[in-house]
Amino acid sequence: MEDSRLVRIGLRLATAVVLLFIYVPLLVIVVYAFNASRVQAWPIAGVSLEWFARAAADGSVRQAFLNSIIAASGATAIALVLGSMAALAVQRFAFFGREAVTFLVILPIALPGVVTGVALSATFQTLGIDFGLPTIIVGHATFCVVIAYNNVLARLRRTARSLEEASMDLGADTWQTFRHVFLPSLRTALLSGALLAFALSFDEVIVTNFTAGAGVDTVPLWVLSAIQRPNALPVVNVVATVLILLSVVPVYLAQRISGGETAGVTR
Amino acid sequence: MTNLRILATVATTAMLVAACSSASSAPSGMQASVGPGEGEVDLVIWTGYAENGSNDPAYDWVTPFQDATGCQVKTQDGTDSANMVQLMHTGNYDGVSASGDATLRLIAGGDVAPVNTDLIPNYANVFAGLKGQPHNTVNGVPYGVPHGRGANLLIYNTDTFTTAPTSWSVVWDSNSPAAGKISIYNSAIYIADAALYLSKHKADLGIKNPYELDEDQFNAAVDLLKQQNKIIGEYWSTATQQIESFSAGDMLAGTTWQYQVNQLTDAPVAATLPDEGSTGWSDTWMISAHAKHPNCMYKWMDWIISPKANAMATVWFGEAPVSKAACDEAEKLSPGHCDTFHATDEAYFSKIAYWNTPQKECGDDRGAVCKDFTDWTNAWTDITGS
Amino acid sequence: MTSAAFARPPGVRRRLAAFLYRHPRLQLRLLLAAPLAWVVVAYVGSLAVLFANAFWRLDSFTGKVVFEPTLDNFVTLFSTAVYRTLALRTVGMAVLVTATCIALAFPIAYYMARIASRRVRGLLVVAVLMPLWASYLVKVYAWRTMLLGHGVINWALAPFGLHGPGTGEVAIWLVFTYLWLPYMVLPIYAGLERIPGSLLEASSDLGARAGFTFRRVVLPLVLPAVVAGSIFTFSLTLGDYITPQLVSNTKLLGNAIYDALGVPNLPLAAAIASIPVVVIVAYLLVARRLGAFESL
Repeated sequence: MEDSRLVRIGLRLATAVVLLFIYVPLLVIVVYAFNASRVQAWPIAGVSLEWFARAAADGSVRQAFLNSIIAASGATAIALVLGSMAALAVQRFAFFGREAVTFLVILPIALPGVVTGVALSATFQTLGIDFGLPTIIVGHATFCVVIAYNNVLARLRRTARSLEEASMDLGADTWQTFRHVFLPSLRTALLSGALLAFALSFDEVIVTNFTAGAGVDTVPLWVLSAIQRPNALPVVNVVATVLILLSVVPVYLAQRISGGETAGVTR
Repeated sequence: MTNLRILATVATTAMLVAACSSASSAPSGMQASVGPGEGEVDLVIWTGYAENGSNDPAYDWVTPFQDATGCQVKTQDGTDSANMVQLMHTGNYDGVSASGDATLRLIAGGDVAPVNTDLIPNYANVFAGLKGQPHNTVNGVPYGVPHGRGANLLIYNTDTFTTAPTSWSVVWDSNSPAAGKISIYNSAIYIADAALYLSKHKADLGIKNPYELDEDQFNAAVDLLKQQNKIIGEYWSTATQQIESFSAGDMLAGTTWQYQVNQLTDAPVAATLPDEGSTGWSDTWMISAHAKHPNCMYKWMDWIISPKANAMATVWFGEAPVSKAACDEAEKLSPGHCDTFHATDEAYFSKIAYWNTPQKECGDDRGAVCKDFTDWTNAWTDITGS
Repeated sequence: MTSAAFARPPGVRRRLAAFLYRHPRLQLRLLLAAPLAWVVVAYVGSLAVLFANAFWRLDSFTGKVVFEPTLDNFVTLFSTAVYRTLALRTVGMAVLVTATCIALAFPIAYYMARIASRRVRGLLVVAVLMPLWASYLVKVYAWRTMLLGHGVINWALAPFGLHGPGTGEVAIWLVFTYLWLPYMVLPIYAGLERIPGSLLEASSDLGARAGFTFRRVVLPLVLPAVVAGSIFTFSLTLGDYITPQLVSNTKLLGNAIYDALGVPNLPLAAAIASIPVVVIVAYLLVARRLGAFESL
């Protein structure tokens, strides 16, 4: 489709506006990270690195960060595996209750976080599982599954079965076909699913509030208590700034790996 | 079809398991003795109620406790009273520092157990004015130990109000100099403040207890609040919010805790207790009915009201300590602390109506016609949401 | 592949693979077993009990749940004005936020998918994803600070004599749109990227103008992606209670559920929580009817 010059310019402008919308609040956060005062007035009273120093000295933030990384990684891994399995099952086979699977997978996201949190908490209590990082991971995985499921399902719908059959005709067994034919075509779907799932888990506060138990903090939980202390509030901005900057690298790498591949096999 | 059968079997099993759990262990009664510590205690707390020195090395009453008892303290911050009730209802914690608007809910829900104060040596020294309070005592049976107490004060901008206001009318009257810039605590419990005001200015309503409101009294309070809504500047949920508003001069008057006033050192604000008196709060440490570490929890309850720990905790947050001995310790940390917070002034606190949980049972000869917490919550949504 | 490979008897792995291939139902069960076990046992079971509560009652004197089937909670929902207001306000907000997100996401997603060069595209993906890492609470708090009387927005608009929206429902709308935008951009981008250029060329070869091609070729193909993104914006809005608390004095359904769970009045909470579920299910059914889930 020949996008006319006007359309291109219009889209460029729109993109710029949206990017502005996205980044102005982030810039505000970064500015406040250097705020000399504890109070978030505008314009800021002065510049200072005090909060950076405090953040560096604060062990609880680092621990929370570590917990968040572990939780998000675990949740993403589990969500990818389970989501792909469910998507495969739904797309490849016709069985009773197929529609229900989609509904069940979406349910954790569709429900308000409070409800999911309370339900999961009750389950863990019943099963006698100790609260902590494992329960956080399980809780997050439950609503991250839908991301992997959606992405893989969409990709599967576009992937021709004939490729697999051809591979097997040529002598590869199911595992080899899976590894050499199947997985590469799923790669972008899995990668983008992983990114979103990781972000969703990393940022989640409501369900985590119920599944963390005492003594374990993730970054959002830490932020939740920090915004209640006037002395810790500015440190929150520092943490956010650092997180934003840190995130550039893995996201960019992920994008490079999925390398602008177009949508897999279509013929 | 076999798939359907498998699905059904698994689902039924799950439901049975879950159902059986929700009707699980009956709440334990009062403990008879305190045995050795279990090595850990899990607490739901208000931010700042269990400091371990990570915020300020000078304020740490958790590490000495851990050293003395071997009970490692693990905390989870509750965001508000509703959250605390939700968390305690999961049965996953040993104790909670509950405010008066949550205590009776916890008791009614079977989430907390009565406390055997004989097992808590430091309880004997607690001010008489803090014992046997309606918000944490049922039929004479105590359900916890107090953390401290404080009043909800009238905060005002000293540029707008050159002399301290003497009446709450500053926040209720549409002609108030602060109209449009009034900052009120965003919680249904604030309805009690309206009731308190009416009890002094509309005596014919016959309001004796601002937490026991029958239909007419309740509606009058709600009407007053809806009127106030027109001159409100903000409803604050966290202390930080209010500190920012008054710092920037966005708000000129409102309800506050001494905590905010203490933080607002650079802004032209002050606080006072008006003539009508005020509502106030005294948080209670309660033990869960399903506590996995009850001995450690009893040790914590004894610790938190011991003089040194209580002094540190109340100076840190900004409230009145619970005993004379704690007051003396507090003077060493922050001279004048007990005077600022009127810790020994029972006459002052007689003007304070501590936060309590509204219930259907009025507790007097009116019977069970009062509005309960759900009614209060719904009314609050109505008032603030329009 | 030499003839030697055929001379060896098939190993265990191959035999297992062949076995599975010949028994598709077993494959199916193995595939489904783990996810199902997880979801059904670990989650749906307790959810079922939670929602069963909607048909029970809380005795406000004893504070205990009375296990007698009743529709009281739903009657309360329909008859009490507060819940009607909240439901309408929340669903309306969700629709508005979803629409705004689509409107904002489409141009940038289209630009990324079809116009930007590969390098720019990579950078844009990073740029869109970055806010996701800044932590939900921090972003909401930053917006709050921006919206307040002496915040950035008023400061920027003051020279023009304008005034920001301040806190309130408009603020909620702005913040939700801001928060969920990446969840809409990425699916739409992926969906647009999937459309083979050949289709669009064919359309224009057949004489269709750009607008027509967009309406009749692009939109139907990208609809599933839009629906997928909107599930996020919809459900995340329907259940959120933190943003209304921080940037407004109003309450949404999420707050009502939160308050009910804080009594704890599980029956009422379950009844209120059924509203978002019903809305989402209805939405999914409509989307399916519109062909959003059909194969491309």
